[in-house]
Amino acid sequence: MISLPLIIIASLFFMGIVIRTKSITSGRKGPGIFQPMKDVFRLWKKGAVYSETTSFIFQIAPSIYFASVLMAILTIPFGEYPGLVSFNGDFVFFAYVLAIGKFFSIIGALDTGSSFEGMGASREALYSLLAEPAFFILMGSFALFTGHTSFVDIFTSLHFGTYISYALGILATFILIMIAMIENSRMPIDDPKTHLELTMVHEVMILDNSGFDLGLILYATNLKFAMYGALIANFFIESLPIYISILIFLAVQFTFAIIVGILESFNARFRMGNNAQFIFTLTSLSLLIFFGVLLILKKIV
Amino acid sequence: MTIFLIYSIFVALTFIAIPFLTVRFKGIITLFVVIINSIMSGMIALPILLGEELEIIFNGTLITGEIPIRIDALSAWFIVVINFTLVTGAIYGLHYMKAYKNQTHNISLHCIAYLLLQVALMGICAIQNAILFLFAWEIMALSSFVLVIFEHNKRATLKAGINFLIQSHISILFLTVAFIWVCYRTNSYDFNAISVFSTNNPSVISFGLYLFFFIGFSIKAGFVPFHTWLPYAHPVAPAHISGIMSGVIIKIGIFGMLRMLLLITTDFTILGSLILIFSVISGVYGVMLAIIQHNIKTLLAYHSIENIGIIGIGIGLGTIGIGENNPTLVILGFGGGLLHVLNHSLFKSLLFFGAGNIYQATHTLNIEKLGGLIKSMPHTAILFLIAALAICGLPPFNGFISEFLIYSGLFNGIENKILLNVFIFLFSILGLVLIGGLALLCFTKAFGIIFLGKPRYQFHGTVKEAGKWKLIPMYLIAAFIISIGIFPQFFMQILTKLIQLFTNKIIQPSELAINFQPYDTLQNIGLCALGFIALGITIYWIRTKITALKPKIIAPTWGCGYVANSEKMQYTASSFIRSFRKLAEPLLLIRKNKTEVTGVFPKMGEHKTHPLDKMEEWLIAIPLRRMYFIFGKFRFIQNGNPQIYVLYGAIFIVLIIGLPLLYNAFLKLIEFINLI
Repeated sequence: MISLPLIIIASLFFMGIVIRTKSITSGRKGPGIFQPMKDVFRLWKKGAVYSETTSFIFQIAPSIYFASVLMAILTIPFGEYPGLVSFNGDFVFFAYVLAIGKFFSIIGALDTGSSFEGMGASREALYSLLAEPAFFILMGSFALFTGHTSFVDIFTSLHFGTYISYALGILATFILIMIAMIENSRMPIDDPKTHLELTMVHEVMILDNSGFDLGLILYATNLKFAMYGALIANFFIESLPIYISILIFLAVQFTFAIIVGILESFNARFRMGNNAQFIFTLTSLSLLIFFGVLLILKKIV
Repeated sequence: MTIFLIYSIFVALTFIAIPFLTVRFKGIITLFVVIINSIMSGMIALPILLGEELEIIFNGTLITGEIPIRIDALSAWFIVVINFTLVTGAIYGLHYMKAYKNQTHNISLHCIAYLLLQVALMGICAIQNAILFLFAWEIMALSSFVLVIFEHNKRATLKAGINFLIQSHISILFLTVAFIWVCYRTNSYDFNAISVFSTNNPSVISFGLYLFFFIGFSIKAGFVPFHTWLPYAHPVAPAHISGIMSGVIIKIGIFGMLRMLLLITTDFTILGSLILIFSVISGVYGVMLAIIQHNIKTLLAYHSIENIGIIGIGIGLGTIGIGENNPTLVILGFGGGLLHVLNHSLFKSLLFFGAGNIYQATHTLNIEKLGGLIKSMPHTAILFLIAALAICGLPPFNGFISEFLIYSGLFNGIENKILLNVFIFLFSILGLVLIGGLALLCFTKAFGIIFLGKPRYQFHGTVKEAGKWKLIPMYLIAAFIISIGIFPQFFMQILTKLIQLFTNKIIQPSELAINFQPYDTLQNIGLCALGFIALGITIYWIRTKITALKPKIIAPTWGCGYVANSEKMQYTASSFIRSFRKLAEPLLLIRKNKTEVTGVFPKMGEHKTHPLDKMEEWLIAIPLRRMYFIFGKFRFIQNGNPQIYVLYGAIFIVLIIGLPLLYNAFLKLIEFINLI
């Protein structure tokens, strides 16, 4: 229950820190860390332009996308405190509820009948499909490691003891960061600041969204980042007292945002055609985790 | 007993009456009889599903021996599922067939075949005598053949129908061999003889027997590589028949596999692993091919293969559970698989009915020609969307429930003592995730291109929404889809007795038994689904409240500065899946024809892709071509000259008489040589 307000708080400044980091690394001062949220509020107050081609799908898609992200956040625990929704196998629900949001954002893009938005939609569908196995194998490895199948049980019984398990923790963090970058269409996969529609993924899908809907979509991205940040933070919050763990949580979010900013500053976007291979390597990385778990459990060797 | 008699007389009378009625009444009377049949069999089946058992033994004849009719929870579940699809199919079909109302005789045949199909399917579920089972199986195959070739004046239809007929009979061949094998050893056609057979014989032999049954049934179910008839037969049949084929007829193969699983005792761990691997391959291969299809019904047909794969993953998982004495796996595996049988029959028939509506409104099934139908056919669009979301396994719809159960089983089972099984489970998880993601790609393409955007093609006449009698059965199905998604625990409760049949096969439950409460978890999921719907509605409501006061402008789609947007510039289905196609090309077989644009004043350029089935090419087309080549060498024998044929006859007769004589003479010669 405690994770929801924390994630929302983190989501307020997350994108601001990313942008600030990018500004500082490129030698600028940059806007305040609450600027992205101010932009969202401004959009929420605006009117909107709708394409004459669109149907009701275009009207409901952003709301459902936003609802799916919120629903996914509800499953995220905070250390030993379970999320509002917690049951065995809740991470399957987590992934699938995010998928329904994606489904709607894709058909929302196709609804405009645009020659560009379909392009983004097609890429989004393909990339998320390729990123999904990595997440499931990651969770499967931890299910095998701990003997539990829900987020909260996995995280509370995850104790790093041996060197291998530290390696696993680092690998898992890396994979989650990369998944977050893919799901939010950020740097190595997609460049949100590009001016060319042909090379966009997420941005081109929302070309026709404006006003409140655009605000929802942008805020959902912030929430999603904070959500993955919370997942990563859960690796490090063991059963510590709550005030320390909140501090750890905020520190993890802060570091995560800076890492994203640095990644975006010093990384060039990959060629579109090679993205698929790159995303699939994440699956092999998560297979490494799986073998690591087998090693620890002495199933092999 | 009397009920059965009255029942059969009643159905027989209908068969006789149908040809003499007017077209309108043919359909109505068929629907009426289908409903009566369903009510009657439902009244028998429902109490059985909740715990009773029914066994009636007819005396039978000298050839067949006793004919036992046994209905247990497994039969009852399939009877209920089959009847629901058949009733909705009949209501939909009644109005779908109005377009063909001047083909009187054809419709009589269609109606009779429909009723025969229903009776045969009920028979297959209930009869436990090998010979009669095969009879019923044959009636089912023939009647569904007649149903498929309704539009038999089209060449493609007839070709697909014959393909189906041949493959059905290969399936019957395998079943017959298996049944004869059992009968030869035990001298009984009763199904119980199979369990006697497998307890008396070593486990390897039972395994071999099961393989025969498995191949026979999986041709009907459409497991890769036995699936090749399916993508031909589904698209050419009328929409309600496609729905029934996909919803019910392929499921009867699953029924057969489960029935035999209950009867046979063998090494279940290995058997389960085998089924699991087959299923994962079917699932992934089916959906990969579905994505590249241009014909919407072929696309749906390949999705049937995918879903059979998902059901198979459940069954394989449960079977491994039996082998390892782990009731959790059995409950989750069979529970998920059996629930998916119902779920798939619901959303797949809904999708096929939707495809039928599109076909009758636009007279095309080519996805590339469609577009923007959501404006002219809003009801069909919503229903198709619900079914598409459900088939992708997304919450809050029913597909998620069954896939969730299977996922839970896989994640529970991954803590396995045997390393090989750990890898098989990992492989299955990977497969299931890929299936889910690929299905999402496929259905965003199908829904997005068909219903959204601007129309891509000018049709003759206006495109109209389907009539209300076609929509009512569809809404009924959609209601079930949503209610399973919201109240899954209720449907899982119904399956309790059925799953017990399988848990009873476990000899001694191991101590790592139930650490998973499927009912509580399902209840949680139901609540989450409801919560998600509520959350979505709340956000949408807030949005409408806030934006109501704001200015709203309707303008053309933003063309990134380009102002002369036309519908031809929209993204097409082929371009939507292009990056996937490029990625998966080594695994698939796509024939391409390209005419490049050349010269200063180019005339035209085109790029056509024809997706082919690589498995079919390797396993059927290439061997057939080789066979043609070899047998072609002997073509001179059949030269069409009657005199020569008479000569063949004469030679044949001479050989028939002469060969034994020659043989005797030869024997005598040898004797003579021995004497010397």
